[in-house]
Amino acid sequence: MGGGTGHVFEYDGEAIRALTMEQRMTICNMSIEGGAKAGLIAPDDTTFEFVAGRAHAPKGAAWDAALESWRALPSDDGATYDKSITIDASALEPMVTYGTNPGMGIPITSLVPSPGDLADGSARRALERALEYMDLTPGQAILGQKVDVVFVGSCTNGRISDLRLAAEVLKDRAVAAGVRMMIVPGSDEVMREAEREGLHTIFRAAGAEWREAGCSMCIAMNGDQLSPGQYAISTSNRNFEGRQGKGGRTFLASPLTAAASAIRGEVTDPRTLPGIESMAAVGGR
Amino acid sequence: MTAKFQTFTSAVIPLPAENVDTDQIVPARYLKVTDKEGLREALFRDWRYGEDGGLKEPLFVMDRVAMLDRQILLVGDNFGTGSSRVHAPWALTAWGIRAILSTSFADIFRNNALKNGLLPIVVEAEKHRQLFELVATDPGARLTVDLEAQVVHLPGDEDLPFEVDPFARLMLLAGTDEMGYLIGKLPAIEAWEAKHASRVDTRVGAA
Repeated sequence: MGGGTGHVFEYDGEAIRALTMEQRMTICNMSIEGGAKAGLIAPDDTTFEFVAGRAHAPKGAAWDAALESWRALPSDDGATYDKSITIDASALEPMVTYGTNPGMGIPITSLVPSPGDLADGSARRALERALEYMDLTPGQAILGQKVDVVFVGSCTNGRISDLRLAAEVLKDRAVAAGVRMMIVPGSDEVMREAEREGLHTIFRAAGAEWREAGCSMCIAMNGDQLSPGQYAISTSNRNFEGRQGKGGRTFLASPLTAAASAIRGEVTDPRTLPGIESMAAVGGR
Repeated sequence: MTAKFQTFTSAVIPLPAENVDTDQIVPARYLKVTDKEGLREALFRDWRYGEDGGLKEPLFVMDRVAMLDRQILLVGDNFGTGSSRVHAPWALTAWGIRAILSTSFADIFRNNALKNGLLPIVVEAEKHRQLFELVATDPGARLTVDLEAQVVHLPGDEDLPFEVDPFARLMLLAGTDEMGYLIGKLPAIEAWEAKHASRVDTRVGAA
């Protein structure tokens, strides 16, 4: 959880280079949950294409000058870091949290960890407390855990690409009976773009609520909140006790996982939905 | 503006939980309040109060009678993680807390605390463990926090020196913040502006 305190994370490698800008933003956004001051990904052609032509982007000669300056930004070959961690992205599967901080996450097909397996007393007590709050049993599957509310939105995952992914899942499908699904664009601009593309009609046809841009159930200050004991699967960044409403329980997951879970009314691996398997594979978008 | 941070002596409130997030320190539903003093009641609200609206039994550590006037909080690693929430240090200072000891603090919380009269003190892991031991064996043990000298005096004449950002230290000692510091420089700023106003056109680039 606090491993990044006092530091900045820089992400690099083949899997990072293959990501779109919006996917990179999600990763950088989550650096804060690891305690880091910031998350960085060196600019490359993906970055420059994203910026080109946008409002407030430099034009003409100013663009050329900016580009030259930006190309000098990446870390030097041989730059040294306090610590480096290598992750094999091909071995990753959709992740979901089971506990009460963003570090308490597991691959979606694996089992909720057992406090008894932890040697460190403090970590064991924290896990016991988290599982008690979440009313989950050590060693149980997270797949199939029922959800009452599904929230797709927030600064972490409320961009147009996130909404397009949710729409792919919800098209010609329906939100499970008894499940409330809220889809909240991250900004007015994202809302307008989604409506131009007709995504909102797909969401509404599926039985989801299409809402005004805002924080909504990420911070639960506007009335969008869980009742005590309810479960949400949420694309936001924080799952602390009471974060989405006093006594509410949160599973953090990606937009694809959240949308798939809305269809079945339980935590669902999006790779098991027909037509979604390849989309949900890492880097397979 | 906060009060000048002066040397003080207090017993310690032990709260060994790690990764205590700002949603626990002040739940989001209290963020609309405008009076810092009222935040005393919001502090650790959902850890202190039960479903019936009364204090939980057993009492949360801060609500125990012996703890009520203590000004030092001893907490687990990575205290203040989560949302940037200035209400968190506000609620702690409204309660009366003036210094927090831990192995580490979340960056944003640490900065918010330093700007609001609350001193986060980082101690190394072994000393941190000893402090919890000290409080377990001698719950009334009193510590003296001397920011001027950057040292915590422990019982038995032991001194625990600590690091703090030098500018933040000056702000705490003076009972001010960056804005107060700048306003203190107003005569110099106005003198500079009077000499340079004619040659600085802030509209350049706006066309």
